[in-house]
Amino acid sequence: MDAEISLRVDGEAHRLTVDTRTTLLDALRERLGNTSPKKGCDHGQCGACTVLLDGERALTCLALAVAYDGAEVVTADGLAADGELHPVQQAFLDRDAFQCGYCTPGQVCSAVGVLDEVRRGWPSHASPDLTGDPELSHDEVAERMSGNICRCAAYVNIVPAVQQAGGQAS
Amino acid sequence: MTELVEPRAMGRALVRRDGVQKVRGTATYAVDTPVDLPAYCHPVQATIARGRVTAMDTTDAEAVDGVLAVLTPFDAERLASTEDAEYAVLQSDEVAFRGQLIGVVIAETSEVAREAADRVRVSYAGQPHDTELSADRDDLYAPGQVNAGHETDTAEGDVAAAMAAAAVTVEQTYETAMYHNNPLEPHATTALWDAAGDGFLTLWDSTQGVHPDRAAVCQVFGLAEGQVQVICPYVGGGFGSKGTPHANVMLTAMAARALPGRAVRLALTRQQMFFLAGYRTPTIQQVQLAADRDGRLSAIAIDVVEQTSKIKEFAEQTGVPARMMYASPSRRTTHRLAALDVPVPSWMRAPGECPGMFGPEVAMDELAEALAIDPIELRIRNEPEVDPETGKPWSSRHLVECLREGAERFGWAGRGPRGHRDGDWLVGTGVAASVYPTLRQATSTATIRFAGGRYVVEIGAADLGTGSWTILPQIAADALGVDVADVDARIGDTRHPVASVAGGSSGTNTWGSAIVQAAREFRGTFGTDPHDGAEASGDVDQAAQDEDHAAYAFGAQFVEARVHADTGEVRVPRLLGVFAVGRVINPRTARSQFIGGMTMGLSMALHENSVFDTRIGQVANHDLAEYHVVSNADVDAVEAYWLDEHDPYVNAMGSKGIGEIGIVGTAAAVSNAVHHATGVRVRSLPITLDKLLPALP
Ligand code: FES
Ligand code: FES
Repeated sequence: MDAEISLRVDGEAHRLTVDTRTTLLDALRERLGNTSPKKGCDHGQCGACTVLLDGERALTCLALAVAYDGAEVVTADGLAADGELHPVQQAFLDRDAFQCGYCTPGQVCSAVGVLDEVRRGWPSHASPDLTGDPELSHDEVAERMSGNICRCAAYVNIVPAVQQAGGQAS
Repeated sequence: MTELVEPRAMGRALVRRDGVQKVRGTATYAVDTPVDLPAYCHPVQATIARGRVTAMDTTDAEAVDGVLAVLTPFDAERLASTEDAEYAVLQSDEVAFRGQLIGVVIAETSEVAREAADRVRVSYAGQPHDTELSADRDDLYAPGQVNAGHETDTAEGDVAAAMAAAAVTVEQTYETAMYHNNPLEPHATTALWDAAGDGFLTLWDSTQGVHPDRAAVCQVFGLAEGQVQVICPYVGGGFGSKGTPHANVMLTAMAARALPGRAVRLALTRQQMFFLAGYRTPTIQQVQLAADRDGRLSAIAIDVVEQTSKIKEFAEQTGVPARMMYASPSRRTTHRLAALDVPVPSWMRAPGECPGMFGPEVAMDELAEALAIDPIELRIRNEPEVDPETGKPWSSRHLVECLREGAERFGWAGRGPRGHRDGDWLVGTGVAASVYPTLRQATSTATIRFAGGRYVVEIGAADLGTGSWTILPQIAADALGVDVADVDARIGDTRHPVASVAGGSSGTNTWGSAIVQAAREFRGTFGTDPHDGAEASGDVDQAAQDEDHAAYAFGAQFVEARVHADTGEVRVPRLLGVFAVGRVINPRTARSQFIGGMTMGLSMALHENSVFDTRIGQVANHDLAEYHVVSNADVDAVEAYWLDEHDPYVNAMGSKGIGEIGIVGTAAAVSNAVHHATGVRVRSLPITLDKLLPALP
């Protein structure tokens, strides 16, 4: 069954027809040709497909496109829409926080989401105090970024990159 | 001695040239390539482990709206060569392992392809399968050789006599698990056959070598090299699993031929990768060490049992590092295989060295314990003057320096025979050595052209995240004597001169040697003021090749382990490696390779384990939720350092391969640290709670 939906992707409005089984990830990649989000597992197990969905990080392989009619999607590419890298992207470059780059768009979107969640005071499993303002400690960042697998294992560079982008020198 | 290039750009920590595309997600991996109106494939896999497909009913599948074609063994085209049974897709009704490709659906959308593949009804005549590896099997056999052309068995002196006479011996069995490479980018291909005439095949394939990939496809389809182009500017990781093509590439090319003029895409699902994309065999290693009271070895032996598939032999060279690592008058190494009804094993990061430095390096720790000698000191006492295997001098060997510098940086001094307790945690430290051969492939050519005031280097090399886009210009710039900013590289395309596979940590050695050769030809022909369009080529086989020395990279891995006294949970707060790898061409990308390899070694030590269900003949935990690879929160401090090593023999850059050594030895160091912390010796990977809990104090 097909359905027609609207999506705003990286600032651009789209009207598109999707199979009701189409994930948001496949809608982006295979219908709209935006291949910035990657498919590493299609099962919500790796994080490669992470985008900012209505402002929060989300796994697009676990979202059915038909359920997101009218949504606003920002991919890693869209974070640098005006050609200028987002501070998170710059920090990933500075810290060599990747090798093959396949997990990277997802890591970058996830990190942008993490910084926002921390700014809003959301605690994590690693927070020493559930009511205080979380800090961008190693453990906080590593915990919050653990939904994004990096098989090249750039983790020890990703954590300082996220801290750098969050204005916390490591 | 090789004439070394003077380093100016080499040695600088330049930022990756492909970095901006990667942080934006605009680097085009194989199925990211924009093409007009692609069709999508979904494979059909066998659901028995052995037997025959007796019938496939495709009626329902073909009736799904949007299906373009369904191919089965009963109607697929006949391939020109079925010599390599892994590549002989849809050529017979025989099923040799569960998950084998037995069909493919091509459709307008990926959803339709997947649904239709589910609707293909398959009947089988199943036969009993045999998928259980054990050292007690009576059908183990000695392969003709093991991977990379090594001898299957070696023997020197009398190990049995040395064991009988020695003051101290270690005799234990060690096991490494089955591992799946799991690059984050699944194996994926976009294929397009030109509609005209005999056709021209374009493949955007995720591969560690466009030229070897093309050669395999040409052989299977009976094509001339001029009829196929393989393009792969970016690879989302490979770790060996994309070093040779797998059956999915042939299936995609076959599917595309059914729809000439239309591009088709096939990306394996994560689950399918556990059947089709290669893996590291489990290994069973019987290790013997004999030594005198001072720790001087009189015997080293390793007898390895591992598996291969019945349809294609792959013999992991697990016993090979024991042939050269330490001095000993007697030595024995053997490899025996069980041929099973299982998927085809293949390369995974440091085949041979990675599993083969687990058993022996834990055994060395056991020997040190038995002798009450510091494990670093024990290794130093067994340093061989020359390569024990060939008798050749070392091109450079700085294992002792790595151990000493590592000890210094890690704070090894004063370490007692047992760790300590910190609250609920048992804390210990461990060390292991690492090694990887310095390899150069026989074929690679580079071209350098001067155009528009810039130097353009072309070679069909690959960048799997290893940094080739960035470091090949560094090598070219120094070989030409120009600023690196004036050099462009073009790689990842068979339109460029032939390049060897990115495997065996040989890429930089091989391609770099060709580039230096091309630069010397270029300067020899055109001098320092070339005309626009000036062009010269160089081959790796023209470069000086030292035959008189044994060339290896060495390293030492240090681990701090904390084991929870009640739960057995293992944490590794610190992992530190020191490596001797010749000249490091780009410290930034090199460090990432070391920490990446070490972290993958940590993953192997504590998490990774493909659990094979022998009842049905498949990996039970075949996805990333169940097959655990380290995540961010599993990793604390990982530090990599290297010595300022000069090696005048290896190549004109003075560099050794660095992509694999980081994983070698890490798991042994973790096991040794866990033992130091708890007194429990875990000889079978991964080190999980069930192996610790019953024995914890
Ligand atoms: S592709 Fe969505 S989490 Fe892996
Ligand atoms: S950079 Fe390769 S998976 Fe993260």
